[in-house]
Amino acid sequence: MGFFGRLKESLTKTRETFVEKIDQVFTGRKGIDEDLYEELEEVLIQADVGVSTAMKLVERVRKGVKARNVQEAARLKDIFQEELEYLMGEKTSPIKINPEGPTIIMVVGVNGVGKTTTIGKMAHNYKAQGKKVMLAAGDTFRAAAIDQLEIWAERVGVDIIKHQEGSDPGAVAYDAIHAARSRKADILLIDTAGRLHNKSHLMDELRKVHKIVAREMPGAPHEVLLILDATTGQNALSQVKIFSEAVHVTGIALTKLDGTAKGGVVTAIVTEMAIPVKLIGIGEGMDDLRPFNPKDFIDALYGRRNDDE
Amino acid sequence: MFKGLGERLDDIFKSLKGKGRITEDDVSQAMREVKMALLEADVNFKVVKEFVAQVKERAIGQDVLESLSPAQQVIKIVKDELTELLGGTQAKINIASKPPTIIMLVGLQGAGKTTTAGKLAKLLSKQGRRPLLVAGDIYRPAAIKQLQVLGEQLNIPVFSMGQENPVKIAQSAVENANSTGRDLVIIDTAGRLHVNEELMDELANIKGTVKPHEILLVVDAMTGQEAVNVADTFNQKLGLDGIIMTKLDGDARGGAALSVRKVTGTPIKFAGMGEKLDALEPFHPDRMADRILGMGDVLTLIEKA
Ligand SMILES: Nc1nc2c(ncn2[C@@H]2O[C@H](COP(=O)(O)OP(=O)(O)OP(=O)(O)O)[C@@H](O)[C@H]2O)c(=O)[nH]1
Ligand SMILES: Nc1nc2c(ncn2[C@@H]2O[C@H](COP(=O)(O)OP(=O)(O)OP(=O)(O)O)[C@@H](O)[C@H]2O)c(=O)[nH]1
Ligand SMILES: [Mg+2]
Ligand SMILES: [Mg+2]
Repeated sequence: MGFFGRLKESLTKTRETFVEKIDQVFTGRKGIDEDLYEELEEVLIQADVGVSTAMKLVERVRKGVKARNVQEAARLKDIFQEELEYLMGEKTSPIKINPEGPTIIMVVGVNGVGKTTTIGKMAHNYKAQGKKVMLAAGDTFRAAAIDQLEIWAERVGVDIIKHQEGSDPGAVAYDAIHAARSRKADILLIDTAGRLHNKSHLMDELRKVHKIVAREMPGAPHEVLLILDATTGQNALSQVKIFSEAVHVTGIALTKLDGTAKGGVVTAIVTEMAIPVKLIGIGEGMDDLRPFNPKDFIDALYGRRNDDE
Repeated sequence: MFKGLGERLDDIFKSLKGKGRITEDDVSQAMREVKMALLEADVNFKVVKEFVAQVKERAIGQDVLESLSPAQQVIKIVKDELTELLGGTQAKINIASKPPTIIMLVGLQGAGKTTTAGKLAKLLSKQGRRPLLVAGDIYRPAAIKQLQVLGEQLNIPVFSMGQENPVKIAQSAVENANSTGRDLVIIDTAGRLHVNEELMDELANIKGTVKPHEILLVVDAMTGQEAVNVADTFNQKLGLDGIIMTKLDGDARGGAALSVRKVTGTPIKFAGMGEKLDALEPFHPDRMADRILGMGDVLTLIEKA
């Protein structure tokens, strides 16, 4: 199965719940009335899009209908998709690569969202592209977090820099950067402990790691990737906001999209914050990571395109 | 990030001063705000709709009390109703008449099951029980090690059989508890999506084999609208005995608590309040209600009045 096919398959559950509901709003009606808009808004809210973004999106649809003087509800489907695409943008934002090497990527986020797993998957992808990859076990806090990353390193076949549990994560990052340079690695992925963004001492610690990375290598970190769980509701906005303030997040990876969660909160984030979604996670295996392409994403959601690879 | 309900309602009711009775129109306006506040708190949409209809009925026609502003009065009704829906404080684990008591923790990936297993072991051993932790997650890298590290920290034994079938592991663990005199068995299971039938069957098989006295669903307080489907599916498949909300030390409003409680009808027994092993507290419905409404200040607000 090709790349798009796998994406489409993994979004089956999401598609079944979200798109079919949207379609239901548009079918079997005579005209376009207030009830229809209200129902549309409800479906969006149920996808975690959030009240204010849902209202914005519906408002755009309403304007589109007016501008084109549309009368039949069935035609709303296309307008809705267009507006959704408009809000989500078209561009894919790739992970920034430092041509002089190594590219340093810091991975951050709240507890249990999939940071370590995403690092494993990214390492696998870069290795498959022939790059030399290294991992830094920067979560020195959680029980067996280092062992978990180590298993990923073995699985993928890349080097890992680690210290003891309980040691200073800044020191791990420091060592890792120097090792990455001397071993001429192309990519260094730094894992960090999960932390809730409202804990200022933990955010300070993260800031410190970030500072060390920036100090040890000018221009680094080249990416600060915030991992968000697709099952998360409106709190994701608070996560994006506070992590960005602390460590200047450059991109988002949305994990666990293989469930029925619609990850609708991404729509809110893309609409309300200027941080691009770069990757999506669609399973627990090492092949289950995809670049986020808004158009593919919407197409896969709608089951519109066939496997084109 | 979001406006609390108090502020929202105050705006609406400014015009209401001096009226004798809360009219249907006033209530409708107020309920729109209540609805928004609940949705922004991630309470499931359907749950919100039902809830609002219920509260509306109670609020219409009530006298405007001397002591409370109309906003405060509506808040009080909403809060009381919400607290009631969230259930009482029941931080209790069903203890089997014939030991060992068997507890099984289930839930989505990353919800906090393994950590909660450690926390429960600590809490219950403080109450004089002799727990055995069981490493039933054979999939996640280092899941067994994670539980072993927690066991070591707590000085509580951890039963593991490597990558053996989880049903077999659970069964052997209970035998082990019997022969070593442990009176409490806490089974950690792998995180799984509720739509993954194969893995959901695995849980049903564990249940069928060891017949746990408590099957607890571990739910992340940050969960969005999907919480309803997750809780419903786990409950249908396993018949839950309770819920544990985790990561309540964060700033999420935690509306998922109301959704899962409503859809399963089972009590929320504990609240996870941190990563450390002593951070497990009884669940307090009234505090949760305040939090969902975004009004840590609601009590003081009413007391002041
Ligand atoms: N279904 C699914 N599960 C995922 C995905 N990404 C990660 N997971 C699972 O989510 C759980 C948590 O993943 P981790 O990578 O340990 O998360 P983390 O953010 O590093 O967690 P902490 O370090 O404890 O904060 C694991 O069970 C993973 O297998 C995904 O895209 N889909
Ligand atoms: N702040 C906070 N973190 C928690 C709480 N409970 C668990 N965690 C953290 O959440 C992350 C995931 O916890 P785990 O216990 O590994 O979750 P799990 O459900 O066993 O995960 P899987 O086995 O991968 O499905 C870890 O970083 C824990 O430290 C809590 O109440 N508060
Ligand atoms: Mg991790
Ligand atoms: Mg676990």
